[in-house]
This record gives sequence, C-alpha cells and structure tokens, in this order.
Amino acid sequence: MHDMTLTELARALEAGEFTSRQLTESLLERIKRLDGELNSFISVTAEQALAAADAADAARARGEAGPLTGLPLALKDIFCTEGVRTSCGSKMLDNFIAPYDANVVEKLKTAGTVSLGKTNMDEFAMGSSNENSYYGPVKNPWDLSAVPGGSSGGSAAAVAAGLVPAALGTDTGGSIRQPAAFCGITGLKPTYGRVSRYGMVAYASSLDQAGPMARTAEDCALLLSAIAGHDLRDSTSVARGVPDYCAELGASLSGLKIGLPKEYFGDGLDPAVESAIREAVKVYESLGATVQEVSLPHTHHAIPAYYVIAPAEASSNLSRYDGVRFGHRCDAPHDLEDLYKRSRAEGFGDEVKRRILIGTHTLSEGFFDAYYKKAQQVRRLIRQDFMDAFEEVDVLMGPSTPTPAFDLGANKDPVSMYLQDIYTIAINLAGIPGISVPAGAVDGRPVGLQILGPHFAESQLLNVAHQFQQVTDWHQQRPAFGKENA
Amino acid sequence: MALEPQDVKRAAHLARLGLDDTDADRYVDDLTRILEMADQLQAVDTDGVAPLAHPLDATQRLRADEVTETDQRERFQRNAPAVENGLYLVPRVVE
Repeated sequence: MHDMTLTELARALEAGEFTSRQLTESLLERIKRLDGELNSFISVTAEQALAAADAADAARARGEAGPLTGLPLALKDIFCTEGVRTSCGSKMLDNFIAPYDANVVEKLKTAGTVSLGKTNMDEFAMGSSNENSYYGPVKNPWDLSAVPGGSSGGSAAAVAAGLVPAALGTDTGGSIRQPAAFCGITGLKPTYGRVSRYGMVAYASSLDQAGPMARTAEDCALLLSAIAGHDLRDSTSVARGVPDYCAELGASLSGLKIGLPKEYFGDGLDPAVESAIREAVKVYESLGATVQEVSLPHTHHAIPAYYVIAPAEASSNLSRYDGVRFGHRCDAPHDLEDLYKRSRAEGFGDEVKRRILIGTHTLSEGFFDAYYKKAQQVRRLIRQDFMDAFEEVDVLMGPSTPTPAFDLGANKDPVSMYLQDIYTIAINLAGIPGISVPAGAVDGRPVGLQILGPHFAESQLLNVAHQFQQVTDWHQQRPAFGKENA
Repeated sequence: MALEPQDVKRAAHLARLGLDDTDADRYVDDLTRILEMADQLQAVDTDGVAPLAHPLDATQRLRADEVTETDQRERFQRNAPAVENGLYLVPRVVE
C-alpha cells in the first residue's frame, strides 16, 4: 500500500480492497518503524488519524464518500491544527496547541482525508536544508548522508520514503519545489493568493503560498482541487473560481511552446543536472512541443531582492512572539523588556535571528529606501521578465536546483545556502506558479525539472507535468530506504 | 556595507531580541555578507519603476465595520504562559 499514489489508493478504497483504517494502521506502523532514522515527523497524531479513518470508512459505507475520503496525508507543521501542537519547527512554539484549524486543514478534513501528523521543517520555514529545525535535521531517504531540502523537508522525505502518499508544504522561496526535487517527488507552488494563508504561520506574507507534494502531478491536481479557493479570512486570497484540476489532465502537448531561460543554464549548474534537464526537454519535443531560448535578464537580482524583502516581512511578522500571549516565555523576567528580549533570544534559533536582525536593520530609519523600496522596485522588474517571456512561450522549463541534494552540514555559510535557491526564488517574487517533477538522478540523488507558467496557469502546469509522467518513470522510482523485503 | 557590532546591537534592541556582546560579534560577519549581497541591487536602474508590494498588484479588500468574531478569550488564553482573571500577566510596568 505504501507505494501507491493517492489516485491508486482512492480506487482501491472505492473497490473495497482495503479500508481506510487498514491503510492508516499500515502507514502508522511504517512511520513507527522507519521515522526514527528519517526524523520527517515532529508529531504523529495516531489517535486522531484512526478516528478520522473510521469516520471515512463509515461515510463510505453510507455511500457518502468523495474523491478524497479516507486518503492519508501529512501536514507541514506550519499549518494550525486544532488541539494539536503546531511548532513551526521552533522552540518558540514547542508548547503551542493551535486553537483553530488553518483554512486548508479545514478543507482537507471536510473532504474526509486522514492526517497522520505534522512534518518537520526549517524553523519558521527559513532554510533550504531542514537543518534549521529545533527538532533536528531530516535525512534524505535516497541517501541518509544528504539533506532532504527545505523548508518543507519533512513533507518531502515522508512522501519519498513511503510514509505517506502526499503532504502539504509551503513555499516562500522554493520550499516546496527544492525539497520535492531533492527527494524525487512532485511538488507544486500555486499562484500567490490561490490557496488561503489563513492559519498558516506567517514568514513573508507577500511570498508565502501553500501547495501539494505527492508522487505524481495527478495527485497534486487532486489535492489542489481540494485546497484552492477564496477565503475571506485571508485578505490576499483571490476571489476566482477553482477549476477541477483533474478534469484538465489529458490535453495534448502538440504545439506547446516551451521557453528555456538562458540564465537558468549558466554558471553554477551541475553539468549532470543540466544533461538530465536537456533530456527531459527532448521528451517534450517528442510529445510535439517546440522549444526556444528566452531571457529573464534580472534573474541574478532575485536572491538579493528576496533577502531584503523576506527578512523585512519576517521581522515584522515575528514580532508577535513576545512571550506574553502564547509561545515560549523566559523564567523570572525582571521587567517587561527583559521578558521580551530573553523570551525571544531563547525561543528563536540562529537563522531566524539573522533574518530578524537583517529585516529590522533594512527597515530602520535611514536604510528603508536603499534596501526595502529598492528591492520592491527590482521585484517589479523581475515579474516583468516573466510576463515578457510568457508573451512568447506557454511555459518555462529549467532545473529546480543547481545541484542534486547536498550533504548534511555542507553549507555552513548562510550566503552559500541562500544561493541554492537561485532557480526557485524569483517565482515567489513574481507570484507565478511552479512545479518540480522528478526527471533524473545523479549518483543516486534525484534531479527535479521545474516548469513555470503565468499567474493561475496551474491546470496547464499540472497537465504538462502529467504528460511527462505518462512517458517517463522517474516518478515511479523509489529509494532503497524502507523498501519491503517481502 | 560593513556593519559594526553596535549596528547589530541597535537592530537587536529594536527587535527586542536579547543579544550579548559575543552574539553581536558572531552576527556581524554573517549580516555584513548578507548586506553586501543586498547591495548588488544598487546597480539596477530602477528610475521610474513603482515598488511592487503584492505580486498581483491587488489592493487591500475592505469590509463593513461590523463585529464578526465571537469572544473566545478562555480558549485562546489556554496557550498563555501566565493569566489571571482573564488578563495576561507581565512584570510590573508602572511603579
């Protein structure tokens, strides 16, 4: 069961091959047996999962099952879950029991899914390796000496290891697509505003977006159909109808115009990754697509712009952790300032402190125009690059990451870690959707193909990814870790 | 631009983030390198380019000024480190 996709599991549940309880028990047993080594979960909610599975089986018996009823998944520990600890990977929220459900959690519960627990992540979603978690690093199931990527590293590793068929992640600068690439799974960052951020712990509010991580594009389509949509409680959520993303899978790619941004094939790209991506592009040509080179001239300004905008928004968002209303509080504060300062010093890890300090500095008097305003101007130029490119082509393709998964402990310097996100970060600044699809491997470590489209082109992106998965089998490869011997 | 330890301490104070001298020294190098990277933006010609705050250029939605939330004080205060009679407790502010 653990090798099946959501779509296959849905058919098997419908056919009565097994029940949601049997499936849930089997996956909980795998988590218990394998996750000690992987560390992909922060909290496993076995009791709630079994109750949800029983409720799903009962609904099915009454003839009330929907497309997602009884399907197991996991949630990045950034989504508020009523009555369950929501830590965001931080000591600051280690004791925080969310009093309400995030919009996406509500929707997934209503759809009858079964959450097995909350997955590990870089603290407050700040990181590209999952090494910044208060709960310890996650390992990559393809190679236990490699990182799974981040910040949604727990979600990616859990799916890759067959602990769950799918998980939700969030993506502020690549945090769904980069771990999906490193772990050999499929991950979609939707258009900004497509999915409600209500109940999703905020990192950088103008960039944050939730999305599905699964084995196939088809499964991502199934999940996106369930979680997308307008929500009055998120003022940036977009009032726009949600298509059935599954219904649009199957369109021919004949005549599809693919652009290859020349800046995504330059210095710093591992030649083995490049050749895997070029092979994947050839597959698309064989499916009838045409390929041309395009330019995104402001690409190399995306990382600097991001590391002004995201820390600025983070320093503001994280000011809510004051040790007064919830979260960590220091012992015996002698006055209010001491309470704030020590609670925050003890509750936050190193990378979070760095970003709070950078953001506070760049927003402070005398620096605002030179940094924040300038970065927002460059942000418009970066978005314009994409809009110009989409005048010429339907989708853009390139590598999701410059290299396959790197070793745990390999990037000690923050700036060298930031540079890992060179191909993913501009997408968040532009607010467009992007998907990472397994497209090869280098020395046993997966390679991800990134496909980008204009705002709200998720249907097309999912179909373009799906068609690739109809004629390739990279998404069907499984790591040796956790393989059943029987 | 290169930062001095007092710049880091100033930012830490503004952010109400406790930082001793050893911490400040440790962060100076990291933050300097991050800001040097950010300084690359100065080379971009942005004359006449409007800042982009929202990727879809959307503006803040307004709603009628009506009470829509119910009182859930007890529920929310279950996560508070210290409360008494429905109030959050902090060290004395006014002597």
